[in-house]
Amino acid sequence: MAALDGKTALVTGASRGIGAAIARQLASDGAEVVMTYAGSAAKAEQVANDINAEGGAASVAHADVSSPDSVSRLLELVDRTLGGGLDILVNNAGVAEHSAIQQGELDEYDRIFRVNVRGTFDVTRHAVQRLRDQGRIITIGSCLALRAVFPTMGVYSASKAALAGFTRGWAQDLGPRGITVTCVQPGSIDTDLNPDTADNEYAQVLRDLPALKRYGKAEEIAQLVAFLASSGSSYLTGQTVTADGGLNA
Amino acid sequence: MSQLEGKKALVTGASRGIGAAIARQLAAEGAAVALTYIGGRSETDGVVDQIRAAGGSGHAFEVDVSAPDSVAALFDSMGDQFGEDLDIVISNAGVQANKPITECDLEDFDRLFNVNVRGTFEVVRHAVTRIRNNGRIITVGACLADRTIVPGMGTYAGSKAAIAAFCRGWAQDLGPRGITVNCVQPGPIDTDMNPDSEQNPISRMLNEATTLKRYGTSEEVASLVTYLASPGSQYITGEVINIDGGLNA
Repeated sequence: MAALDGKTALVTGASRGIGAAIARQLASDGAEVVMTYAGSAAKAEQVANDINAEGGAASVAHADVSSPDSVSRLLELVDRTLGGGLDILVNNAGVAEHSAIQQGELDEYDRIFRVNVRGTFDVTRHAVQRLRDQGRIITIGSCLALRAVFPTMGVYSASKAALAGFTRGWAQDLGPRGITVTCVQPGSIDTDLNPDTADNEYAQVLRDLPALKRYGKAEEIAQLVAFLASSGSSYLTGQTVTADGGLNA
Repeated sequence: MSQLEGKKALVTGASRGIGAAIARQLAAEGAAVALTYIGGRSETDGVVDQIRAAGGSGHAFEVDVSAPDSVAALFDSMGDQFGEDLDIVISNAGVQANKPITECDLEDFDRLFNVNVRGTFEVVRHAVTRIRNNGRIITVGACLADRTIVPGMGTYAGSKAAIAAFCRGWAQDLGPRGITVNCVQPGPIDTDMNPDSEQNPISRMLNEATTLKRYGTSEEVASLVTYLASPGSQYITGEVINIDGGLNA
């Protein structure tokens, strides 16, 4: 029996990169997955088609997590698709922007915080009403919440640090129901947002900084998320787990 | 599911409690396990019998990790009976003391640090000469290293905080070989050292202090260690993970 047989999962921001890898991994472990996308409908459909072709169960839903109306509609769709019960919520949708405080603008702050922080709050607020006892909430933060490493990452880092704060607080709120809340903080992962390629000006540095001397793969983050989603993680809550190849070691 | 097939693991302090649970789970995943004990020969033989009855491979070795001669002899006899190579090293052997600084003397300090800190250093120092590339080193610390919570635990907490720092430093040293080094920090786990019973004066408070409102089990800690020992944890290194039911949330 697969580790997540009979479980249902909602993964936000799952059209590509880490979110897509998480959806694939949870589905291959047996969960029925609803995956959201904000812009890339075709990519999300492709991931869902791959999952279904391999015998898994996945469907896609549009959601702009920064829009309360959109989040309400998403959860209504989740109710119809998954039959009203949810076991696993993975808050992965997020945006990244570079800007130094010298050039800082409130518009930029608002774009980042509306999606990464307010969006995570709003999705979770709705999802906990559906979450079964012993459920799992896993939020994708960033190792930049611990150390900014580069200039221009202040606002993004702060938005991800807020998620780690949510994690501890919500673990307190939901612990009596056996629901665990954890935050995964990836380091440099080879995705469209931060490709491990010669023309990415950061790539050489990001290969050298971690103790392992390489980028991570989206699948490596997905395997950690799958462990946290499984019954084996039942005593692990209120905790951030950094998966950064030793960047912060 | 045998994700550790063909791997060889050393688990120190495996006669009972968390160490015994780790040895059983690693063996159940297919690893050949060397279990060490100090004094508890018959208990350890019992764990080895359980492992073998379940179709696994286990061997018991006596060692006092605080005695360099004993550690050297362990690796000699492992080489003879178990083979030279290692894939997974679990440094779990440790001792506890409950004494406020007003009552602690240097003998208390030396006992705690000679076993928990110097013993971990000595075991890992020998083990790294045998561990294969992409190996795993996992040390068992304590969530008290982050927050002490109760009086009387300062010296013990200091020894466990040292273990967490080792893990970050050794992750840097061993990263280029793909060897990951992580530290698991359990909270209140129902064992002989800290039973979840009315007779234990702090058990009620510890049950209340966690967000899950309960003690953890040795098996729950072992599940995390087994995940960290598996190929799926490859990008996590230099990381300290509390498994404390949300005590430090």
